[in-house]
Amino acid sequence: MSRSLSFKLSCLKLIAGGLAAMALAGCGERPPIESKQLGYRGTGMAQNVNPRLEAVKLAANQAPASADAASPDGPRAGQVYQNVQVLGHLSVGEFARHMVAITQWVSPTEGCTYCHVGANFADDGKYTKIVARRMIQMTQYINQDWKKHVAATGVTCYTCHRGKPVPANVWYQPADRKYTENSIMGDLAGQNYASPSVGLSSLPFDPFTPYLLQDKPIRVNGDEALKFTGAAGNSKSTKQAEHTYALMMHMSQGLGVNCTACHNTRNWQEWTNAPPQRVTAWYGIRMARGLNNEYMVPLTETFPANRKGVHGDVAKVNCATCHQGVQKPLYGAEMAKNHPELLTASPPAEAASAPAAAASAVTAAVPVAAGPVAAVTTAIAGTVTAGVATAKSVALK
Amino acid sequence: MAQFKPLFSLENQNLLTAVQPVGPLHDGPALPRGDWRRSGKPFLFHLLGRIGNAQIGPIYLGGLGVASLLFGTLAFNIIGFNMLASVDWSPMQLLRQLFWLALEPPPPSFGLSIPPLAQGGWWLITGFMLTTSLILWWARTYRRARQLGLGTHVAWAFAAAIWLYLVCGFFRPIMMGSWSEAVPFGIFPHLDWVSAISLRYGNLFYNPFHALSIVFLYGSVLLFAMHAATILAVGRYGGEREIEQIVDRGTASERAALFWRWTMGFNASMESIHRWAWWFAVLCPLVGGIGILLTGPVVDNWYLWSMKHHVVPSYPQVYPISIDPALLGAKP
Repeated sequence: MSRSLSFKLSCLKLIAGGLAAMALAGCGERPPIESKQLGYRGTGMAQNVNPRLEAVKLAANQAPASADAASPDGPRAGQVYQNVQVLGHLSVGEFARHMVAITQWVSPTEGCTYCHVGANFADDGKYTKIVARRMIQMTQYINQDWKKHVAATGVTCYTCHRGKPVPANVWYQPADRKYTENSIMGDLAGQNYASPSVGLSSLPFDPFTPYLLQDKPIRVNGDEALKFTGAAGNSKSTKQAEHTYALMMHMSQGLGVNCTACHNTRNWQEWTNAPPQRVTAWYGIRMARGLNNEYMVPLTETFPANRKGVHGDVAKVNCATCHQGVQKPLYGAEMAKNHPELLTASPPAEAASAPAAAASAVTAAVPVAAGPVAAVTTAIAGTVTAGVATAKSVALK
Repeated sequence: MAQFKPLFSLENQNLLTAVQPVGPLHDGPALPRGDWRRSGKPFLFHLLGRIGNAQIGPIYLGGLGVASLLFGTLAFNIIGFNMLASVDWSPMQLLRQLFWLALEPPPPSFGLSIPPLAQGGWWLITGFMLTTSLILWWARTYRRARQLGLGTHVAWAFAAAIWLYLVCGFFRPIMMGSWSEAVPFGIFPHLDWVSAISLRYGNLFYNPFHALSIVFLYGSVLLFAMHAATILAVGRYGGEREIEQIVDRGTASERAALFWRWTMGFNASMESIHRWAWWFAVLCPLVGGIGILLTGPVVDNWYLWSMKHHVVPSYPQVYPISIDPALLGAKP
């Protein structure tokens, strides 16, 4: 082999190697990627999983062990302790078990005094105690009224907190640019900035305010093939589609799934030929919106300034708050069943003080799904669960 | 001693330029009165000679070229400074986020009216500048071809691309009654627009003009590969001197034709292969533009349109049937 040729060949190798390295660096994720079939063969309905990253995720999303159940006998916590507004109906043993658990889940390093005034545990002096009380009610509300999203698995404080006083994934209204005032240049139009909230894409970086706080329409597809047909025609803009797309990217990122987890991607709007998970996700969006409006926003005045966003807004939930990159939070660990005090709203406290009565009134005022709706959806949920096994056998034909 | 012969020798494959013909530097033919002078003293550049002609320059700029560059530079700078402003005038962030940043068209609320500078006004100005620049450059390609006594095939191929650009950024937004429907100026943001328009209008893969456009796009690549490979393969018989082969068909041309007749029964001729390539390239943006122009102004949902015309295959129902929860009375 002549010298010039070997030089040429090594140049080629270098260039090829460089190109391959650049191509891989562009992916941002080192192979292998495994593809799991989710639908009928050949339709591209698949979930892509990287086993190496999946192992890391699995290790980071383990539920802690729950302590043995406490005796339900003996005097009630509300009779023994002062100012027990929500869990007063528990036995003293159950109440203590819950307090130990919540400390492990939320403030393991900070301890009891993260919420309680050390000298007097009954004192409501710390804002964290007011918030924690409301969050217990929120957890009960989720487990009791949002079964269409959380099913029987339910949630506990740990689902979001994971041993941290503030959950790792919460959202605030984004900060403005430094020079927005009187600026005639550089309008971001709410997008076009590498944003972690939408999987580092340049899509609209706050899909939460319109959809998880406000009730803006998410659907952009119409029911008619042609323009100007149907009842009113479909006037949704391409920019609205970008906002919906942004919300969906958040969900995809927050759950660690592809679009195909919920959608039949040949026809995004379709329900009949789409995975049943789309129904669960639909309720999830409404649940997050409900939690933000009924639990988080009313706590705005309770939180100190250092816990709020730049616009003075309270920390709010989105899909990632619970899911943390996993389709079923904590890989579906059934933690809540070991903590029955969190599964249903507390009965109204009989011998409670005036503030306690007010608190339960709030809980009761929370709107619940209408009777017939709940019945029908429960029936569907039944079909869904029964259908999974059939789906697999047909799919692999 | 027997000479060692490698089984594969890169040098004999006619894949890399082996010979660099170098003649005396020349300016080209004299230009008629009224034309500008060509600028730049020609020189040789060996490395560029490895992939093309080693002589660089002179370049003919002309009035159209200068005007085009002026408008193009203005557009480029307006986009650049808006991007810089959007990262609070940080040059570092401009570099880091260059692919994410954009100059965005106005929000839908402005319709086709003229928006304030900060809310799409710059986008409208830039669109005007860039379009002017492109059309001036188009006129330049047309006029230079004419001055050299050529056909205007390059200009019309370029016009096909300008058509698609104008459909996306001008004709369709006007038909939709809103500048907001247009494409943002930015790398990732314009790709987001591409995805979003497909999501909004029921999957562009079911748009037959989109499909045709893809046929011509991939077809162009295929034809390019077939033609280039054929000519390189007959290079040893002087096949790359295509024009001579057209006039005086030699063994290179005959062998190339035979190869394709033997392998697929039909061959394009030395002349017609270039028409194949030109039409495929030109039809790609032409039909693509028609597809985009129909998306919104005429068709609202391509998937449903395809259902109506029975082009969507049906698959077995593998999922349990889900019902839209919004239909169950729950608020969407």
